[in-house]
Amino acid sequence: MGFWSHVVEPGFFGSQAVQNALLAGGVVAAISGVVGVFTVLRGQSFAGHSFGDISATGGSAASLLGLNPLVGFVGMGLVAAGCMEAIGVRRVRGRDVATGIVLGLALGVSALFLYLDTTVHSTTGAVTTVLFGSLFTIPASTVPVVVGCSAGVLAVTLLLYRPLLLSSVGDDIAAARGVPVRLTGAVFLLLMSVAVSLSAVTVGAILSTALLIGPAATALRVAKRPGTAMVVAAATGLVAVWLGSLLAYDSYSWPPTHHGWPVSFFIVALVFVIYLAVDLGHWWQQRRRDTTAAPTTGLSGPER
Amino acid sequence: MVRQEAVVAEMTPHQMTSGGTVESRPPVLELDGVGVRLEGRQILHDVRFALAPGELTGLIGSNGAGKTTIFRVVLGLLNPTSGRVLIGGQPRPRRNRSVGYVPQKVALDADMPLRARDLVALGLDGHRLGLPTPSRHRRQLVDEMLEAVDATRFADDRIGSLSGGEQQRVLIAHALVSRPRLLLLDEPLANLDLRSEREVVSLLARLAKEQDLAVLISAHDLNPVLPVADRVVYVAHGRVASGRTDEVATTEVLSRLYGHHVDVIRLHGRILVVAGPGEDVDPTLMAGLPQALADLGGPTAT
Repeated sequence: MGFWSHVVEPGFFGSQAVQNALLAGGVVAAISGVVGVFTVLRGQSFAGHSFGDISATGGSAASLLGLNPLVGFVGMGLVAAGCMEAIGVRRVRGRDVATGIVLGLALGVSALFLYLDTTVHSTTGAVTTVLFGSLFTIPASTVPVVVGCSAGVLAVTLLLYRPLLLSSVGDDIAAARGVPVRLTGAVFLLLMSVAVSLSAVTVGAILSTALLIGPAATALRVAKRPGTAMVVAAATGLVAVWLGSLLAYDSYSWPPTHHGWPVSFFIVALVFVIYLAVDLGHWWQQRRRDTTAAPTTGLSGPER
Repeated sequence: MVRQEAVVAEMTPHQMTSGGTVESRPPVLELDGVGVRLEGRQILHDVRFALAPGELTGLIGSNGAGKTTIFRVVLGLLNPTSGRVLIGGQPRPRRNRSVGYVPQKVALDADMPLRARDLVALGLDGHRLGLPTPSRHRRQLVDEMLEAVDATRFADDRIGSLSGGEQQRVLIAHALVSRPRLLLLDEPLANLDLRSEREVVSLLARLAKEQDLAVLISAHDLNPVLPVADRVVYVAHGRVASGRTDEVATTEVLSRLYGHHVDVIRLHGRILVVAGPGEDVDPTLMAGLPQALADLGGPTAT
């Protein structure tokens, strides 16, 4: 009892800020995992990462204009997805070029907005909030919007499940099955931009990549089937966010400042630790299988 | 112009089926004077050939000759600038699932979370929206197809953990599970070892007969395809010539087509094509060749 009250600080579940953080953060982590699986399979991690940075431009603009940050983040993400599609995200090499061009522009504008934020409003907190997130300071009114957008992203992703999967195997093979490959890719880009923008609002622009790629990469190490991979990725993200929130809450009694450590740090550290553990476990299992199989197959190796 | 008319005369569908055992049946695929122009360059000129059911045809030509372009036209991924593509006697529909296709490069990473049977099932309904609904019927179709390509043994393995030959068999099952009448394979033998090459080729020949399919295999090397091909379509410089394998696989014809002396050796019932000593072919050898074949030959035919 004494131990548990130490792990779960008194008042953890009672706090409104914590409840908002657990709900919004958990939902966002889950859809980032689901969308992340396709992002990794389609080799679009760079575009996925840049949506985080680009949506921060929107976040900084919203902060400057006094708008709801969510509007800024998601709005800018959608605009960027449209620009990338227009510039040529479809061609394999054009894809990275388009991402790079849009990303560069957005970061430049972002630098201006953040500069203005700090000089005009003298709100030094804006930089930290936009870049590193604000899970515990999400306004209660934002939570239903985050949950609604996430549900929308999940619904469309599941609707496109098979065409997305087939075009992840190969655009040619999907097109031969009658999948409208270009449209599918464009819709996925929009889905990714919304998912990443939402996680940029919660864990911060720079760290949203960790929630998109980390849980998905973890899941792809263990899952044999696409559905399983999506469930494992969502669960991994969820665990990282919830456990991270708990640790962040606990850290209020930690040195050096007794003001708490940033929650984003805990989340990202947990994502990394989970990935490492799964990877090590996978490697260990593989090694054991190889050493037990070796004597029976001899030099010639397995039949196939 | 004279040359083009000669090709037309040679390549009527009637002519195409005359040598086979399937005299009266209409062709599964017919290309009728197909031309493709891309960014000001003429990629294909007046391409004509037809494929009969139950026959395996080799589409032979060096890299860049236009083989993949022909596939893209048949699949409807590219619209020809001239000519017609008929599938089962009908103009090719826009979204076309009546053609099974195995592309040249499929990157199947080791961590792709897809079992062999999942990829085959995507051949059945991968274009549909929503989550797949498992049913006994669906599972049975997939199992049958896996059995037909000898892939039952590794049906539940991750696709990325399989060897090149095994992946090729799963991709063939993916292409055939919706029961098309036409199967296209783009360089299916590239990057396979000799044994897998033989297995894949004889599997394709067997499937063509068993399932009454028209199978078109592209290859830059003639040798692995010759033992099983009923017909050969030769592509060079965006033009084609075609004929029955025994017509084409002769020293004279192949030497003309390659523009270099080539020996055709028949050994234990097999046909081997070997580059001869380094002398270019005397153009007068053209006399006595079938017109369409001679039409193409060598470096002068551009």
